[in-house]
Parts: sequence; C-alpha cells; structure tokens
Amino acid sequence: MSRQRLSLWWFVGTLVFSLLSMLVPLPDVLAPFKPYWPALFLLYWSLESNDRVSLGLAFLMGLAADLLDGVLLGEQALRLCALVFIALRFRSRLRFFPMWQQTLAVFALLLNDRVLLLVVRVFAGDPLPPASWWVAPFVGAALWPFLFLLLDDLRMRLRIQ
Amino acid sequence: MALAREDASPLFAGSVAGTLRLIFYLALAMVLMVLDHRNGWMWRIRYAAAAVVEPLYRLAGMPATGMRTLTVAFADRQRLTEQNQRLGEDLLLANAKLNRMAAVAEQNQRLKELLDTQHSLELNVQLARVIGVDLGAYRHRVMLNLGARDGIRPGQPVIDARGVMGQVIEVLPTTSVMMLVTDPNHAVPVVIERTGLRTMAYGSRDGNQLSLPTIPLVADVKVGDRLLTSGLGGRFPPGFPVGEVTAVAPAPTGMFLEAHARPSADLNRSGDVLLLHDQAEPAGPPAPVTPMGPPADLAPVPAGAPAAAASTPAPPAGAAR
Repeated sequence: MSRQRLSLWWFVGTLVFSLLSMLVPLPDVLAPFKPYWPALFLLYWSLESNDRVSLGLAFLMGLAADLLDGVLLGEQALRLCALVFIALRFRSRLRFFPMWQQTLAVFALLLNDRVLLLVVRVFAGDPLPPASWWVAPFVGAALWPFLFLLLDDLRMRLRIQ
Repeated sequence: MALAREDASPLFAGSVAGTLRLIFYLALAMVLMVLDHRNGWMWRIRYAAAAVVEPLYRLAGMPATGMRTLTVAFADRQRLTEQNQRLGEDLLLANAKLNRMAAVAEQNQRLKELLDTQHSLELNVQLARVIGVDLGAYRHRVMLNLGARDGIRPGQPVIDARGVMGQVIEVLPTTSVMMLVTDPNHAVPVVIERTGLRTMAYGSRDGNQLSLPTIPLVADVKVGDRLLTSGLGGRFPPGFPVGEVTAVAPAPTGMFLEAHARPSADLNRSGDVLLLHDQAEPAGPPAPVTPMGPPADLAPVPAGAPAAAASTPAPPAGAAR
C-alpha cells in the first residue's frame, strides 16, 4: 500500500518538477536551447506506465502549464494532448524500439509539437519567431536518452512501478 | 482505469473511442483558446488561482536568486572593493550633477508655474525586483515582485537607471508581469533628441532591438542618435531615454526610412527596476464635457404621473453637477 502511494507521489512529483523546470530561467546564451520539459516527462510516463497517463491528464497538465505561463489558456493543453495521443497510440511499438530509433521518434513528436505551437501563435496574431526557435526540439531529442535512462534507473532504485 | 486495460495499447489498430476522446479534448482546448483570445478572461482565472501560482513562481525563481547570491558570496574581495569604489564615484558624480541641476530645476519650476503648466520634474517611483522566471522563449515578458497589494496597476511604465524598460501589463496580488519595449507587440512614441522628429519605436521580432519603420525619407536621422520618450499617448512620461539608433536604411517598400535602435535600458540583466506612479499626464483633447442645461428638477413635470416624476429626477441632477 505504501509502495503504491510512494509510486504515485513519485509520478506526481516528476510532473510538478517538469512544470517548475519549465519556469526556471536559463542564462541568456542558453535560453533558445531550453527543451520543453513537460512534454519529455509526459512522454516518459506514457511509454513506461501503462494506465497512469491518459488524455485527460495531459489536458489538465497543459492547463496547469498555461496558467503558469500566462500566455493563452488551452495552448499547451492542445499540444500535450496531441503529443500524448500519438505516444499512446504507438506505445507498444515505441517501447521496443532501440534507443536511437526511440530518440528519432521523440524528435519527430517534439517537432510536431513546435509546428502546432507555431500554428496556434500565427492564428493568435503573433509574428513569426526567429530561426533559433527551432533548436529546442533538437536539444529535447538529444537529452531524451539520458532523461529516459535516469528516470528508469531512479525508478528501479526506488522499486516502484 | 482498469476498464481501459483491454484496449489500452493494441499493437496496430487504434480504437475509435480514443480518437473520439482526442477530438473532444482538442475541441475543448480550441474553445478555451478562442474564448481566452477574444475575451481575455484568462487574467481573471489567474488572479483567482494566484494563491497557488505565486508560490510556484517564487519557487521557480529561487535558482536564479541562488545564483545571484552565490556570485556575491564567492566574488573575490578585490572585485567587490573595485565595484564599491566605482559606485561611490558614480554617486559622487551624480550628486554633483544633481546639485548643479537643483537650481535650474527650481528655476524651471518657477517659470512653469508662471506659465501655468503642470509638468513636474519630480519622480514618484516604487522600487521593484525582477523575479527570475522564464515565461516562455521569445515572449519578452518579465515578472516583478510587486502586485496589486502594493498598488501596482496595469499600464504603469517601468524604467531602470539607463532608460525605459517597458510597462506593466498584468497584475496578480503580489506579483506583476511587465512587457519589455522589445516585444513585437509593443510600441512607444519617441522623439529623436537631436532633431526633435517624432516617431514610433516598435519592438522587433528578432531579439533585443527596437525598430522604427516609419521615418519620412527626407528626415535627418543618423546612427548614434538618441531616442527619448515623447510623452504623446500619455502612457510614458516625456524625456526618458529609450534607445540609440544603430542602423538606418530605406525600408523595403521604399516609402519610408527604417531605423533600428538598441534599447538603452539593461533589459537582460536588470535586477532592480523602478515603477513610475502618476506620471501619465493626459495628452490629447480634453475629456468631453457633460452637456449642460437647466437642472433636471426644474424640468416641467409630465402630466401623467406627478408623484413618480417628483421623486426620480433628483439623483441624475446631482450626478450631472
């Protein structure tokens, strides 16, 4: 029972941590390279945990991120929903990919996410972002193997599902 | 949760229910976005949710503050001494200048009283600190540690020691969000110090500069010209430095000159900023006067209902005066 509770807290804790690290600023030089943390953590959980991540959870998490970000309510909810839907749909295949293939898949998902964001922003009347805006998915994909292995390792050590 | 297990992850074909759920959530998100974009009631939700959101901001701002504290803690003594000396010299210089200006300012004040204008050189400011929170890449927003409880209102100009930084756009109970002058959606009316030419400085989409796209072709603008706020529009008080022109070239349309300027405020590194109060002097035509006429209680009583007519007209008459 307490093991179950621990794993639930671990799950919620990583998600809150991802939201917080979205808010933590980086030095100016590194700012364009900041990956989209909530997406990476949600992807990890949707691949690893069978029934915890659902579209509703992604929606709620996106709403929370929107409230924190203060940009447009529903923007990140939309993006995270699309991302989690694709990840869940191809979950069985993504899980058995070798790491480099999985990284490529994550890169495609993150790129798709950026395109969605671009569409939303253009519809909202914002100007087109500069070229360095497209760097973030690359960084996210490059970090994915490390994040995946780290989270997996921590999960094994804590012996939680 | 257990119910969803059997169709949770089929190897190839997806379930129709999952797609329907996706469509539902996407539609919900779109409805939210449209409503928020049209009505802007997101701020009201955020204001209500501030009790939860603001501690998170403080928490997320802690690494940045920690870094700042660490750099101070581990800065070597010599550098601190040097910095201290430099600041002392700056202060001495500024004080000397101020003393010389004081007489001029007083004279100016007297002359202006004679002329019956209401411009004042005094500053009514409030010191605020920047909270190190990332509100999204390329958003040109900065969070400050004062809010509605400290008397901050949307629209207040924000300056630092070197010039105009931006304005407050959104206020939470104990924090507020400021839009920088470099935001593409921001514009500030400026005047070129050397020639007195009035124009607008917009934020530009590629990073930390201002763009002035509508300068007449015959105007005299050079690289190095300083831009000051002109005070038109009534939001920014006149005379604060905004930037310095770095490039002038004909616009692609060929109808205007387009200049780029570097903002003079220290947008990336400002830790402390000043919020201006009560500076907006109304510019433009005076507010429309309420039409004058004989007081309403002198109006002839309609024949139909004397009792009702006698009691109702009194409040509007008082309000009109």
